[in-house]
Amino acid sequence: MHTDSDPNYGVVPSPDTEPYPDDVLAALRADAEQILARYPQKRSALLPLLHLVQSIDGYVAPRGIDLCAALLGLTGAEVSGVATFYTQFKRHPNGEYTVGVCTNTLCAIMGGDEIWDFVSEHLGIGHDETTPDAKITLERIECNAACDYAPVVMANWEFFDNQTPESAKALVDDLRSGAPVTPTRGPSKVCSFKAVSRVLAGFHDGLADEGVGAGPASLAGLRVAKAQDGKAMT
Amino acid sequence: MSAQLTPILTKFWDDPQSWTLATYESHEGYQALKKALAMPRADLVQMAKDSGLRGRGGAGFPTGMKWGFLPAPDGGPRYLVVNADESEPGTCKDIPLMMAAPQLLIEGAAITSFAIGCDHAFIYLRGEVVHVYRRLLHAVEEAYAAGYLGKDILGSGFDLDITVHAGAGAYICGEETALLDSLEGRRGQPRLKPPFPAVAGLYARPTVVNNVESIASIAPILLHGAEWFKAMGTEKSSGFGIFSLSGHVTRPGQYEAPLGITLRELLEMAGGMRGGRKLKFWTPGGSSTPMFTDQHLDLPLDFESVAAAGSMLGTRALQIFDETTSVVRAVSRWTDFYAHESCGKCTPCREGTFWLKQIMARLEYGKGTQDDVDKLLEICGNIIGRAFCPLGDGAISPITSAVQYFREEFEAGMHTPASELFPPAASTLFAKETVHA
Repeated sequence: MHTDSDPNYGVVPSPDTEPYPDDVLAALRADAEQILARYPQKRSALLPLLHLVQSIDGYVAPRGIDLCAALLGLTGAEVSGVATFYTQFKRHPNGEYTVGVCTNTLCAIMGGDEIWDFVSEHLGIGHDETTPDAKITLERIECNAACDYAPVVMANWEFFDNQTPESAKALVDDLRSGAPVTPTRGPSKVCSFKAVSRVLAGFHDGLADEGVGAGPASLAGLRVAKAQDGKAMT
Repeated sequence: MSAQLTPILTKFWDDPQSWTLATYESHEGYQALKKALAMPRADLVQMAKDSGLRGRGGAGFPTGMKWGFLPAPDGGPRYLVVNADESEPGTCKDIPLMMAAPQLLIEGAAITSFAIGCDHAFIYLRGEVVHVYRRLLHAVEEAYAAGYLGKDILGSGFDLDITVHAGAGAYICGEETALLDSLEGRRGQPRLKPPFPAVAGLYARPTVVNNVESIASIAPILLHGAEWFKAMGTEKSSGFGIFSLSGHVTRPGQYEAPLGITLRELLEMAGGMRGGRKLKFWTPGGSSTPMFTDQHLDLPLDFESVAAAGSMLGTRALQIFDETTSVVRAVSRWTDFYAHESCGKCTPCREGTFWLKQIMARLEYGKGTQDDVDKLLEICGNIIGRAFCPLGDGAISPITSAVQYFREEFEAGMHTPASELFPPAASTLFAKETVHA
């Protein structure tokens, strides 16, 4: 018997075999046309198309695979083969928020392991598992290029810098309760997994002007240089 | 006299709305593109060569030479692909650059595209940084609206489209040929070289693949001249670069300095080691570059000096660990990373990282066997030089270098867990809050 927590590629029946409703399908096809137009060869559109179907289904559902295959003239197996290679493509329905705790070496040592243990125990779920209210999918993530802000947590791929077990617990509690949550470096709010998937398909949501240009660590050297200049002038 | 920083790429990151075209234009933005469009293309390639700029993405290959490798135009398309898949553990310079100053990259990409005769460039950004993606999409929109991209740019007759493409989570896509396969909509697995991308890259057409910071350096070099750039840094490692300090330092962050600066100088500017503790080990250029210790504080951080000392300058990702840290735990976690990210295409890397991970875990938990340290080194010897791409060589770097400097700690892994020798709580950023842990 299939459950939502099983991977659905090839070995288990699809949990979601309903075809897309006509209006959804028409919108997906219109978006796909824009994506395809960005590339000289249509297969290049596959990664953005997979992000796009995640923006509807919250994961790469079998019907999403079928749609990508039909649009690009590939087989379902070819599309699945690509989708399963990349960790951001989900094999089962994702929560409204992916919360990723960096547990690569530097963040782990700076406290990522403690954050992971604390949040995982608090939520009662492990890696790539989702809370029963379908709000949070928890992940151990690899280095996310914010090492100067270690330890780092991501929520739907927005930066939460210099975290502690307590701050990460507050983050997941707020996300679950619907309280407003603002990334350290990012827009004024964390958008849903589906909304962010649409951005990753290349559809700008107009939030680029929100948030800071650079956090304090990004400016650490610039501040020293300005102080050096100040001294040189006096 | 203390070392001087050289904020060039990072110069206006503290401006309000530093990412907008208006801010960029108030900092010489697009002056270099105007200059480039009036120059013969060959002169631009020569300028890149003369500057001595070497790739800022890790390998350090001369950028101008890469451009020069493209075969003569045959009427078909030629591509520029910017590698913005920054994923090497410890590396955190391109992401803040694109968040704070995306126009630097767009202008550099436009100049480079003009120089190599490309009319469609791609920026392959890792997918896990959505706000950076927004900033790049917005920067491209602004550049089109201002006539810096699109048809007949600034009346020059030069056309250029830029597509910003989001990846989907795979470290291996930072390897240039895996990146190209991924951009073609395939699993991100490396290709056999030759042919090199210059000859058969994206869609089997001549392609230049350059790192974000390399491309972002092009506009300042063109505006101020190759000689200006060469006056910074060392003879063979010219110019400036962003040094990323992370870990147990008082003020981690981005420090833009001439190549050849030392860790001691950088640490001084970063307020020293956290809490005045002793430096234990550090990576000069990400986890794939063999680690150094406090013996290397005065080593000039340029390509030649770092290589001569047995490592690589890589991405100047200085991950710094103090004496509270277990090197076995650190290496074990990096090994987990390489095993997770091995793409599976070649046997030495796929199988080797799988075994290395198990042995490192045993040693970390104090359950190693008497042969384990030698077995680790033997497996490393069977991976290096035999893997399809540099991921395999990168995977063994932390292990072989850590055993070289800290063999006794690995041997202690036969009987004592790393967490007993080095209680993890002491290493955390919030160590003070967890004194009773």
